[in-house]
Amino acid sequence: MSETSRVTWEGCSVLLDINDGDRLVFARLSPAAKLKIGNKNCSLQPLIGSPFGTVFQVDGTVLSPAQGNVNSADEIKDGQVNVESRDNRALVDNNTAQSLTGEDIEAMRKQGAKGNEIIEALIANSATFDKKTAFSQEKYRLKKQKKYAPKVLMRRPVARSICEAYFKKYPSKIGFLRVDTLSLLLSMANVSSNSDILVVDMVGGLITGAVAERLGGTGFVCNSYLGKAPYSMDIVRIFNLSDEICKRILRSPISDLLSQKETAEQILQHDDVCNVESQSNDQMCASTSIEEISHLSENGISDPGAKNTEPVTKACKAPKAGEKAQQEVIDLWKKNGFSSLIIAAPELDTWTLVRDLMPLLANSAPFAIYHQYLQPLANCMHNLQLEKMAIGLQISEPWLREYQVLPSRTHPCMQMSAFGGYILSGTKICSSS
Amino acid sequence: MLACDPAKRLSFNQTISNGDLVIVYEKHDSMKAVTASEGSILQNRYGVFKHSDWIGKPFGSKVFSSKGGFVYLLAPTPELWTLVLSHRTQILYIADISFVIMHLEIVPGCLVLESGTGSGSLTTSLARAVAPKGHVYTFDFHEQRAGSARDDFERTGLSSLVSVGVRDIQGEGFPDEFTGTADSVFLDLPQPWLAIPSAAKMLKQDGTFCSFSPCVEQVQRSCEALRTYFTDIRTFEVLLRTYEVREGKMESLHEESNGSNGSLPSKRRQCSDGNYMFSSTISTVMAKPSGEARGHTGYLTFARLKCL
Ligand SMILES: C[S@@+](CC[C@H](N)C(=O)[O-])C[C@H]1O[C@@H](n2cnc3c(N)ncnc32)[C@H](O)[C@@H]1O
Repeated sequence: MSETSRVTWEGCSVLLDINDGDRLVFARLSPAAKLKIGNKNCSLQPLIGSPFGTVFQVDGTVLSPAQGNVNSADEIKDGQVNVESRDNRALVDNNTAQSLTGEDIEAMRKQGAKGNEIIEALIANSATFDKKTAFSQEKYRLKKQKKYAPKVLMRRPVARSICEAYFKKYPSKIGFLRVDTLSLLLSMANVSSNSDILVVDMVGGLITGAVAERLGGTGFVCNSYLGKAPYSMDIVRIFNLSDEICKRILRSPISDLLSQKETAEQILQHDDVCNVESQSNDQMCASTSIEEISHLSENGISDPGAKNTEPVTKACKAPKAGEKAQQEVIDLWKKNGFSSLIIAAPELDTWTLVRDLMPLLANSAPFAIYHQYLQPLANCMHNLQLEKMAIGLQISEPWLREYQVLPSRTHPCMQMSAFGGYILSGTKICSSS
Repeated sequence: MLACDPAKRLSFNQTISNGDLVIVYEKHDSMKAVTASEGSILQNRYGVFKHSDWIGKPFGSKVFSSKGGFVYLLAPTPELWTLVLSHRTQILYIADISFVIMHLEIVPGCLVLESGTGSGSLTTSLARAVAPKGHVYTFDFHEQRAGSARDDFERTGLSSLVSVGVRDIQGEGFPDEFTGTADSVFLDLPQPWLAIPSAAKMLKQDGTFCSFSPCVEQVQRSCEALRTYFTDIRTFEVLLRTYEVREGKMESLHEESNGSNGSLPSKRRQCSDGNYMFSSTISTVMAKPSGEARGHTGYLTFARLKCL
């Protein structure tokens, strides 16, 4: 029962992909957890103990593993099949094509008809279905399936799927950090087991979680912050990190990492902060045991599904990550230096932050700094060069394009993200003094 | 190269010892892997460097040649290694490598199968991702290449994480002993579709697959083969654009206004209409995309084994 388990368990976090990404929901599984799909409240109980990657279909209010081949948007996407005898010249678009009324369907439902049966009935009663091209027949079927037999794909919540889900539905929460950019930050900072990685994570904890996942319960990720209030790490709890891994996520104010010697007064202060922190941690745990990312409708209100989802407080056992770093650990970091540094702090001045943190890095340690804007990174790079603090400096901008690959219909996808942010990377060198 | 060996872990007190692998940095586009050894020298356009001067110095040090030239000595990382390894084949670079590891969801403890090994550029990063307890089994049918790769993993200290096998993966598939044990399979082969049935057989439930191919025809055939066993089939292209940064000093003209810009150096100039204009120098840090970049490496096709 850990981040590498292939089967879910009670208390496990999952990513539910409803109807091919129309809705993406993070949920924590428990016998009492319910999720509203369409207008039905479905129990998540049947998901417990199922393998990740299972597709469930909703019938009435029951989620059960989908039988046989489930239609997938993969297979039909946009574009026309070239070899096709029918075309759509005879197709008239009006609302008289369907002879089955809403009441008819409701009546079928009451008699216990399954979603798939309703779809078949709709097809049988459609005057135009036979005239459609094979491609539009499939499209019709998929549309009806989404409505009458919604499909739920259960995914593992890992750095990749979490980043993709947020980028798609809530990009501002993760500072518009695209998954390829995140992947580059992790390699450029040489994140590997047994290293101590310093991060400044103002992107909701995504970087902290992704680094912890790569450390696999070795080394440390030090989530550092300016001032007294730590930055939100909500996203870390969506990962299925084992206790072993959670223990490796520590928090520390930057001032503590920089201070030469601790005064008794300072130590007292820390204890206060520490208490406040653990309280707020517990609260967060209770209120967000099920977290949802959904469409934002035009008026900016998220899918009502979220409100109808009952948070299950009892079953919530998200392990606690982000304890305050003890003085002994901080001393060890100061003595050895961090193995690398990752910054994603859009609200802090890049150069002064880097200038202050650089002495905490071991010599020859790599670093990677993310920003949505080019100028702060350009300034930082220029100053690092002037001060001779680092070499191998480079600003890169990743570019990612997805393709549709189908027989005779291969082309780049019609929509793409045009921007995934900038990264400044380099290697710290010994100061020449 | 990796910190899983605590003795090799980067720290303020970590110094270069006899026998250590060092990345000698001349410029960002000119680096070299050197094994430090007491009696040896390094000779390049900056002069002659004695290894004995390096030993005992921390990684990240600047060292000087007999004639005053200098280089930096860096601790090896998979990223640096990809830039210095000897190219026995085409290799994967950082953008593709990072995306592959992220998308395959490789984490410590995973068992990964790879073919072909080629120059081991990807393998080095795979090893980092599965460390300390996972393992990468990589196969190439070219015996000499497999041997050189093995030597390289020895040199970079990865041999406990990587095993290199000689095998025709397109012809024979992966060895049966791995059936149902792999978390991920990666292919960089000329006809990947031939190895796809075997890849499917090796994977655990919900296991992840990736194939890298330079040509779109290869992608087309692979995707067709994948549909039998896999779902979530997605093809991507990922590239990097780099930027040049420099400080520009530019002249700025303004009409006389008494002492408004304090210390900036000003020059007086007479304009054609006889009025005086003042000019001062302003400096700005500017960035622009580099003029040349890699335009294509290959297509990455990912898939997930269907759940039965
Ligand atoms: C482009 S290289 C791989 C480069 C590698 N990904 C890297 O980053 O260094 C392709 C390799 O596949 C090997 N190869 C080609 N056909 C093969 C086969 N049927 N079985 C095993 N290896 C094969 C070649 O010998 C070559 O070394």
